[in-house]
Amino acid sequence: MTTAALEVQGLNKNFGALVVANAIDFRLEPGARHALIGPNGAGKTTFVNLLTGRLQPTSGRILLGGDDITALSQEQRVKRGLGRTFQINQLFKGLSVLENVTLAVGERAGVAGDMFRVAGTHRGVVEEAYGLLERLGIADDALKLVREVPYGRQRLVEIALALALNPKVLLLDEPAAGVPQGESKVILDVVAALSPDIAMLIIEHDMDIVFRIAKRITVLVQGAVLIEGTPQEIAADRQVREVYLGERDHG
Amino acid sequence: MAPHARDAARTSPVDSLVTRHRLRPLELLPWVLVIPPYWLFDTYLPLGSEILIMVLFALSLDLILGYAGIVTLGHAAFFGLGAYTAGILAANGWGEPISGLAAAAAVAGATGYVTGRIILRAHGLTLLMMTLVIVLALNEAANRMGWLTGGADGLSGIEMWPLLGLFRFDLYGRTGYVYAAAVLFVAWIFVRRIVHSPFGRSLTGIRENVTRMHAIGVPVRTRQVTIYAIAAVLAGIAGGLLAQTTQSVALTVMTFERSGAILIMLVLGGVGRLYGAFVGVPAYMIAQDNLARLDPVYWYFWVGLMLVVVVLFARGGILGIVDRARDLVVRRRP
Ligand SMILES: Nc1ncnc2c1ncn2[C@@H]1O[C@H](COP(=O)(O)OP(=O)(O)OP(=O)(O)O)[C@@H](O)[C@H]1O
Ligand SMILES: [Mg+2]
Repeated sequence: MTTAALEVQGLNKNFGALVVANAIDFRLEPGARHALIGPNGAGKTTFVNLLTGRLQPTSGRILLGGDDITALSQEQRVKRGLGRTFQINQLFKGLSVLENVTLAVGERAGVAGDMFRVAGTHRGVVEEAYGLLERLGIADDALKLVREVPYGRQRLVEIALALALNPKVLLLDEPAAGVPQGESKVILDVVAALSPDIAMLIIEHDMDIVFRIAKRITVLVQGAVLIEGTPQEIAADRQVREVYLGERDHG
Repeated sequence: MAPHARDAARTSPVDSLVTRHRLRPLELLPWVLVIPPYWLFDTYLPLGSEILIMVLFALSLDLILGYAGIVTLGHAAFFGLGAYTAGILAANGWGEPISGLAAAAAVAGATGYVTGRIILRAHGLTLLMMTLVIVLALNEAANRMGWLTGGADGLSGIEMWPLLGLFRFDLYGRTGYVYAAAVLFVAWIFVRRIVHSPFGRSLTGIRENVTRMHAIGVPVRTRQVTIYAIAAVLAGIAGGLLAQTTQSVALTVMTFERSGAILIMLVLGGVGRLYGAFVGVPAYMIAQDNLARLDPVYWYFWVGLMLVVVVLFARGGILGIVDRARDLVVRRRP
């Protein structure tokens, strides 16, 4: 078996009496297009937070490219190539779109701790950030404050911030959440166009989107993996229909 | 923000970000204004020096409050440590001003670094309380160690040597004024450089959204501790300057009240914009000086009222009002 881009062994987490991660075993293969689905409150976001180190697991191990990262801080994991987006925007709202992405590029490039030269000396960093905005089609908004651009475009800034890190593993937490139907296509096109070198895990409620993007699907229910398989297997599974798909029909 | 937005129409987005540190003519205004008082208001030079010193103190606070978003009620701890360090040295036979300031900076900075490492693990109210505890504890320590600090009577016997071996600290405060202005000028260049450096920009990111900073791989705590220590160094220099120019140190250098007052002055001027300190401190201190004379009993009430008005009606302080006024004018003009 090849080394997984990301691997999780026996991951547990509870908030008091509430079990949000229950003995999760999980593999994200190199170059994966993997979806994580499950009803509201299943623990999907918590799972991402555990992977990135925003939360500490009660027990279990997390391996990135074969290395145990369970004890590492969030920033150490990022430096090793783990990037994420947030279900609810986490942006620098009072800064321009370009400056948002510049901060991330500068951090990855290792110049952000520089205290004695003006930021302008690192022109390449700003240019790279701008190039990323062009790639995502939001260069027109480069100088607008994030809080002034429409929500759909803010979601693209979310993705830009993650891509600025050149991640090897990218965790997308409902990238199109809250975006009107018409605009979500732009976001999904960006996701579909990601480099095949990136192993991607996407959390998404819209099953059309999931089936379009994912080659593998994991279903999470009450913090535990219910089943994992190809989209065909998941679509055909009776249990999944009851627990998840069925609920969505009258929900 | 507004000026950058306007420049943007002319230059490319990349250029506008890359050139943002360029000096605008208006930034030199404080340095023009600092010169005439030397001749015009020579009886007010001691007040003038104190204003310059408090500007430096407020500037140091702006680095942590305005840029890094760390709210502190204990910043006077570092001011006081600097004042006592410079004062005690000079009272015990070492009155050389520059090295005295260096010592003040070192003691305050080292304390800032150590306490910063401990307290910056906390957030919000807990952090606020810890900053408060530090200034109260140091004040009590200074009070108890009367043999060293003069305790409640204040430190006496400070004798300064001539500045650079040339200029005596005269009775009118001429040397003190020029000295304070020169130190503030150097500090301003340093602070301005930091603010416009990638490090400074990343502090703004921490203020705007810590969660995101963690997620893009920023060692948030290290950055916070670094800027906290740098701010402590500058506050220590300000305190040292006060001790040297007034040739006295009282327990009031290191109180909660002083921490609060400097916070008020900075908020009055405008937080997180480098020049709030230059506007808020003179406005507050000149108003206070006049109000105290006009109404010796209730002047503090008037100071409070002034602050309430600013906070309620002018978020962003005096500079915020100026910004909005300018935006109005610019927008009216087609
Ligand atoms: N910090 C916390 N403290 C206590 N409980 C929490 C915390 N964070 C999440 N929870 C709870 O854990 C459960 C899982 O939440 P999580 O956000 O991971 O679900 P999710 O699968 O992402 O749901 P959604 O589809 O709505 O985004 C929920 O019941 C939630 O209320
Ligand atoms: Mg979620």
